[in-house]
Amino acid sequence: MDLGHVFQVVLDILRDPSTYQAMLRISTPLALAAIGGAFCERTGVVNIALEGIMLVGAFSGALFSYYALNSWGLSESVAPWIGVLGAVTMGMLFSALHGVGSVHLRADQVVVGAALNIFALGATGFLTQALFGVAGATPRVASFDPIPIPLLSKIPFLGPVLFDHTPIVYMAIVIAIGGQYVLFRTPIGLRMRAVGEHPKAADTVGVSVYRIRYLGVLISGALGGLAGANLSLESVSQFSENMTRGRGFIALAANIFGKWTPLGSWLSSLLFGFAESLKLRTQVIDLPPEFILMLPYVLTIVVLAGAMGRAVPPNAIGKPYSKQ
Amino acid sequence: MQAISESPPRVGGDAGDIVVRLTEISKFFPGVVANDRVNLDLRRGEIHALLGENGAGKTTVMNVLYGLYGPDGGVIEVEGHSVRIKSPNAALALGIGMVHQHFMLIPRFTIVENVVLGHEPRTRFGALDLFEARRKLVELSERFGLAVDPDRRVEDASVGMQQRAEILKALYLGAKVLILDEPTAALAPQEVDDLFATIRSLTDGGLSIFFITHKLEEVIEISDRVSVIRAGRVVETFDTARTTKEELAHRMVGREVVLRVEKTAHTVGEPVLEVENLSATDHRGLTAIDGISFTVGAGEIVGIAGVDGNGQRELEEVIFGLQKHTGGRILLLGEDVSRLDVRKRIDRGIGLIPQDRQRRGLVLDFDLVENVLLGNQWRALYSRPLGIDYSYLREQAGEAVEEFDIKTPSVEVDASTLSGGNQQKLILAREIRRGPKLLLAAQPTRGLDVGAIEFVHRQLLELREHGVAILLISYELEEVLSLADRILVLYEGAIALEVSGDDAVREEIGLAMTGGSRRNG
Repeated sequence: MDLGHVFQVVLDILRDPSTYQAMLRISTPLALAAIGGAFCERTGVVNIALEGIMLVGAFSGALFSYYALNSWGLSESVAPWIGVLGAVTMGMLFSALHGVGSVHLRADQVVVGAALNIFALGATGFLTQALFGVAGATPRVASFDPIPIPLLSKIPFLGPVLFDHTPIVYMAIVIAIGGQYVLFRTPIGLRMRAVGEHPKAADTVGVSVYRIRYLGVLISGALGGLAGANLSLESVSQFSENMTRGRGFIALAANIFGKWTPLGSWLSSLLFGFAESLKLRTQVIDLPPEFILMLPYVLTIVVLAGAMGRAVPPNAIGKPYSKQ
Repeated sequence: MQAISESPPRVGGDAGDIVVRLTEISKFFPGVVANDRVNLDLRRGEIHALLGENGAGKTTVMNVLYGLYGPDGGVIEVEGHSVRIKSPNAALALGIGMVHQHFMLIPRFTIVENVVLGHEPRTRFGALDLFEARRKLVELSERFGLAVDPDRRVEDASVGMQQRAEILKALYLGAKVLILDEPTAALAPQEVDDLFATIRSLTDGGLSIFFITHKLEEVIEISDRVSVIRAGRVVETFDTARTTKEELAHRMVGREVVLRVEKTAHTVGEPVLEVENLSATDHRGLTAIDGISFTVGAGEIVGIAGVDGNGQRELEEVIFGLQKHTGGRILLLGEDVSRLDVRKRIDRGIGLIPQDRQRRGLVLDFDLVENVLLGNQWRALYSRPLGIDYSYLREQAGEAVEEFDIKTPSVEVDASTLSGGNQQKLILAREIRRGPKLLLAAQPTRGLDVGAIEFVHRQLLELREHGVAILLISYELEEVLSLADRILVLYEGAIALEVSGDDAVREEIGLAMTGGSRRNG
C-alpha cells in the first residue's frame, strides 16, 4: 500500500460523518464518568472508584432491564428506562460506600477507591453467574435504539453526527453543559468548589463540608452509573464481565485533562472518543491500530506537561476533613 | 463576674450594656484543660482585648463563642439571652463573626466570592447573583472604609486587603460582635495603623470587638478593657487606661518579665564569619544582595536591620548554603565555605534558626524526637549499624525538652501540636545543642509572646557569652537595638549604614532602612 493511497483513505475517514458520530457515541461513557469525577474531585474527594461505579452501573442496568421485561411484564421500550433508573440508583448506593470510607471514616481515598474497584469487579462477575447461571455475561436484555431527532437529523453532515443517537448520548451533552453551569454559576457549585479548595474556610461560614462531599460523591455515583448503563444498554445489549475495561481510569484522565470542569471533561472525552473511532475505522489501512490509539495519550502527556498551562487540582483534594 | 462594674461608663462601651457574657466557660481537650471556668463580658461598642501567651486559651474560648467548639461547661448569653451556639452558622445568626489568625479565605476565589460563600444572593432562577453580591460588598466597603477590589483573586491581594476581606465577610453576614484573632500577626507596620483606624471606625459604627493578642503595645494602643488569660483562666480584667505594660506582662506570664534584657560589656574575639563582596539573586533572578562585606567575631552579635524584602532572606540562605551565591566569598574561621553544601557547613559549625520555622525549621508532621534528629542524621553519635540509634535520640530529645523548658505532654507528639513559642524553643534546642560556632538567627522571635521572647533573647546572649558569633536578622528594630553589638542596615541588598550597638541612633537607622540616608546624602 503506497503512501498516497493511505493518505486518501485517511482523508475519506476524516470526511465521513460516521467517524464523528462514532466519536460522540464512544465518548459518552467516558464523558459521563469524567463529569462525575469532576464533581466529586472538586469537593476534594479523589475518585479512582469510577471504574467500579461504571461496572456496577453497567451490571445494574442490564439486570433491571432484564427483570423489567422478563419478570415485571414491562414492554421492550420501557424496560431499558428501568435499567437506567436501576443503574443510577445502584451507582449512587455504591458510591455512598466511597463516601462512608473517605468522608466519614476519613480513610485514604485512593485506598478506598481501589478496594471498591476490586469489589465491583468481583461482585458483578459473581452475581452474573449466580443470577443467570452462566459465567462471563448476562443474556441479551432490552436496550435502546437510536432516536433520530425529527428534522435536525436530516441536516447534512451535522444531522447524523449530532442528532441520531441513543438517549444517554443526548443526556451526556446536556449534562456536560448543565454541569458546567451548576458548578460555576450557582451557589451550590460555589460551595462545592470551596469545600475542595479550603474546607475549613467553608466550614467557618456554615457550609457543611461532609454534606457537600457526600453530594459530590453521590453525583459521581449517579453519572458513573449512567455511564455504565450506556455500555450495557446502548453500546451492546448485555452485561459482560469487566466490560468497562479501564474506561473509568480513562475518564479520570479526561477529568484531569479537562481541568476538573464538566465541559472540559466532555471535550477531552471527545478526543479519546475520536481516537477510538479512528482506530475502528483505520483497520482497513495497514497501520498498527495501537499507533492511532496511542495518539491521544501522547497528546495528554504533552498537554499535561505544560503545553496548555498547568492543570491545577483542587487544593484540598485527597485530604480527609476533620472538624478539630 | 469580674469586679469591673465600679468603673465609670467610658467612651468605649457602656458598662451597663453587655452584648455578650461568658460565664464559667470550660473546655477540655484530651489531657489538656484549655479553658477553666472563664468569665468574660463584652460591652456594646467597646474593644476588649484578650491578652495571653501562646497556648493560654484565648483563641479556644473565642472558638467556643463562635461555635467551632462546644463548651464542656458554662453559659453564653447574647443580648441577655442564654444561648447554645452549636456551629459558626448559629454564631453568625446571633451576629457574632470571627476573623481567624490564619485567614479563612479561598486563595483561588475572588474576594466577592469569598465574602458571599455560604450566604449567596441568588437570581430568580437560583443562580449565583454576583452583581447583587458585588453591590452589597461595595456598599459595606464604603460604609466602613474597608477598601477592597471585589474581583481580585485572594491569592493576588495584599495581606492587608485579605484581612479587610475577612472583616467584610463577617460584616456581610451581619456581625454585630467581631472576634479578631491576632489580627496584626501578618501585617506590616503601616497596615497595622490602617487596621487600627478600621477597628475604631467599626466600633463607632456600633460593633463590639474581642481583640485577641499577645502584644502589650497593641493592648495599650487600641483596647478599652483588657482581660489577661493565663493557663486557661482569666486572671483579671482591667480598664486599659488604668494599667501599665509592666503590670500586664507580669499578670500574663505569672512572673516579673524583663521587657528588655540587659547585656554585659562585650569582648569580641577573632572573626568567625567573614563575608566578602557577596552577591546573590532572588528567585526571579534579580539582584538581591549586591556585593556586601562584613564580619562577625566570636562572642559578637551583629544585627541586620531592615524592612522585609531587602535581601535578608537571600542572605540567610546563601550563608547557610540553601541558595547559591553569584559572587564573592564566605569565610568561616578563615576557610572558604561558599562552595560547600549545607551538610558540610553544618559540620564546620553553622547553625540556623530559619525565618520560617514551620516550613524550614521543623517537619510539623514529625514528632519531637525526629525533629531533634534533623541535621544530625549522619552524625555517628546518632547512628548504629544499619539505622538510627533511637534510644540515644530519645534521650537527647528528652534532655532538649528539659533544658529548654519546652511545654509538651511527651517527646512523641507531632511538632505541629506545639505552640509557636515551644516550636521555636525546639529549634533553638536542636541548633544550640549541636554547639555552633556561628548561629544565623533569622526573625528568632517572630510571633512569640513576651515570655518566649525573653527566653530566646537570653539564650542568644548566653551564646554570645560563650563566644559564639551570632548574625541576627530581624525586622523588629527594637530587637536589633536591644541585642546587637553592631548594627548593619540592609537596604536594597546593600549595607546602607553600619553603627555600633552603643551609639545606635534609632532615627538614623529608621531613615537608612527606608533608603533615606542615601537619598539625603
